[in-house]
Amino acid sequence: MILVLADWLDCSAMNSTRPHSQSGITLQFRGVTKTFYDRARSVEALQPFTTDVAAGEFVCLLGPSGCGKSTLLNIVAGLELPTAGQVLAGGKPITAPGSERALLFQEAALFPWLDVQANVEFGLRQQRRSAQERADMARSLLAMVHLTGFEHSAVHQLSGGMRQRVALARALAIDPAVILMDEPFGALDAITRDRMHAELEAIWSATGKTILFVTHNVREALALGDRILTFSPRPGRVVQEVRVTLPRPRSLESHALVDMAAQILSVMRTAEANAAALPA
Amino acid sequence: MPADSQKHSPPVERSPAGSRTTWLRRAGFYLLLLLSWELLARSGLWPPWLFPGPSLVVESLISMLNKGLLLKAVAVSGQRILIGYAISLMIGVPLGLAIGRVRWIHETLGSLVVGLQALPSVCWLPLAILWMGLSERAIIFVVVMGALFSITLGVESGVKNTPPLYLKAARTLGARGLALYTQVILPAALPAVLAGLKQGWAFAWRSLMAGELLFFSLSLGNLLQTGRDLNDASQVMAVMLVIILIGVSIDQMIFAPAERQVRIRWGLYTRETD
Ligand SMILES: Nc1ncnc2c1ncn2[C@@H]1O[C@H](COP(=O)(O)OP(=O)(O)OP(=O)(O)O)[C@@H](O)[C@H]1O
Ligand SMILES: [Mg+2]
Repeated sequence: MILVLADWLDCSAMNSTRPHSQSGITLQFRGVTKTFYDRARSVEALQPFTTDVAAGEFVCLLGPSGCGKSTLLNIVAGLELPTAGQVLAGGKPITAPGSERALLFQEAALFPWLDVQANVEFGLRQQRRSAQERADMARSLLAMVHLTGFEHSAVHQLSGGMRQRVALARALAIDPAVILMDEPFGALDAITRDRMHAELEAIWSATGKTILFVTHNVREALALGDRILTFSPRPGRVVQEVRVTLPRPRSLESHALVDMAAQILSVMRTAEANAAALPA
Repeated sequence: MPADSQKHSPPVERSPAGSRTTWLRRAGFYLLLLLSWELLARSGLWPPWLFPGPSLVVESLISMLNKGLLLKAVAVSGQRILIGYAISLMIGVPLGLAIGRVRWIHETLGSLVVGLQALPSVCWLPLAILWMGLSERAIIFVVVMGALFSITLGVESGVKNTPPLYLKAARTLGARGLALYTQVILPAALPAVLAGLKQGWAFAWRSLMAGELLFFSLSLGNLLQTGRDLNDASQVMAVMLVIILIGVSIDQMIFAPAERQVRIRWGLYTRETD
């Protein structure tokens, strides 16, 4: 009960500094393909991928290691160009990074030369906000990810999970319309992860941002997503698309969720077996 | 994965009690050194004007101080190195950034800098004197030639080794153009940049002393030379001592703390061990 109350307080703290938070935009994937070329060989990471993500939709990407999930997020972030096809964000083709799309990297990618608060302020500094405004926003975002008291810690003094939460605060600071998350909670213990799920869901339902969420964890995907796209082993292609209509907030332990998880896992196993059967 | 490598801090280096015994040992060593030097000087093997003991050196030091020579010489040399070093910084940092980030500059200027780095900077002195005479400009030119390439190469190596992840993160957070350089590339490169600045400083100091040997106006290097002209080995040794002291103090007062600060911030060692 106390925990729930705390969550509510933290979130309202954020909303008070952000009265007009940016809500989500659509993402349209049109035959997005990625092949990496080396001197000697080429690696086909992603086979033509087409889907429409509605504004404010929460989409989870599931798939085995190396199937191109990070590559896909990098393309949406504008850090890499697809070999073929294109992605439209809010109807406009993506060609470069933009502050309406924030990427949370698989590694937290915090800047070691800045303390925690300065890391969170980084994007705001680029927008030339005043020092006061930056500090206020950073503090309320850090409170939201339960890191009050660590404002002036050095990055190396944080645990892996704490770094991921700082990275989340840093991404939220620029108030993006799309949040791209690459296994953000992989390093967290079960309790903290549940709490972060609740936070993320609260932010998402309060702001209506579009979220692309990569995970290895089937149940995590089911707990958070409106829709789950399951990828085959490399070269990645969608082998299953599941709409999750379970009421929120969802419990990771509920029977319905566990049953769906078993079904998705069996599809993943079949895809894995098929890939192994193919000649390399 | 830079974020992960920070987790592994090296083993604790030394306890505070250990550093006290270090100091004791060090003090004992120097005491013994001075004592044997004095004894050797008084043994009568060499005349005192060729091999003076520490007592004569200190005497000479005090007399130079009293005549106001020493402070003036330090001021003259100090000004030269400050100007020369500042110029090297102003050229070397942007040059290093450009060579580290722009391919065609790396392929052209980059190779030239590596070549010039191999040339001891005193070798520029004859040319500098031909071009500019025995002037202030000539000596500062030599100082710049000493520091510039170390600084450039330090910045370049730091910039080249900037983890691409930091650049990607910064770009997705809206950093563009100059902000990428000042807020990401340079700070990320700071450990290597500092190493370059430190080496540049050491080279600048060496070049200055070598250059000043040839000049007639009062300076530290010139005091060395007049000591030789007067057959006064104790003056020469006294000035050498001052040169060592200045070099070490700059290192201890500026570069060592800066490096420690960076290492703490980067998590290369923890606060307890310094
Ligand atoms: N820059 C690159 N050059 C060459 N190959 C690459 C590059 N980046 C990724 N790849 C390859 O593309 C494939 C997909 O990589 P990606 O990082 O997208 O996988 P992932 O699905 O995120 O895996 P994980 O779950 O392990 O993070 C991999 O086989 C990888 O080897
Ligand atoms: Mg990945």
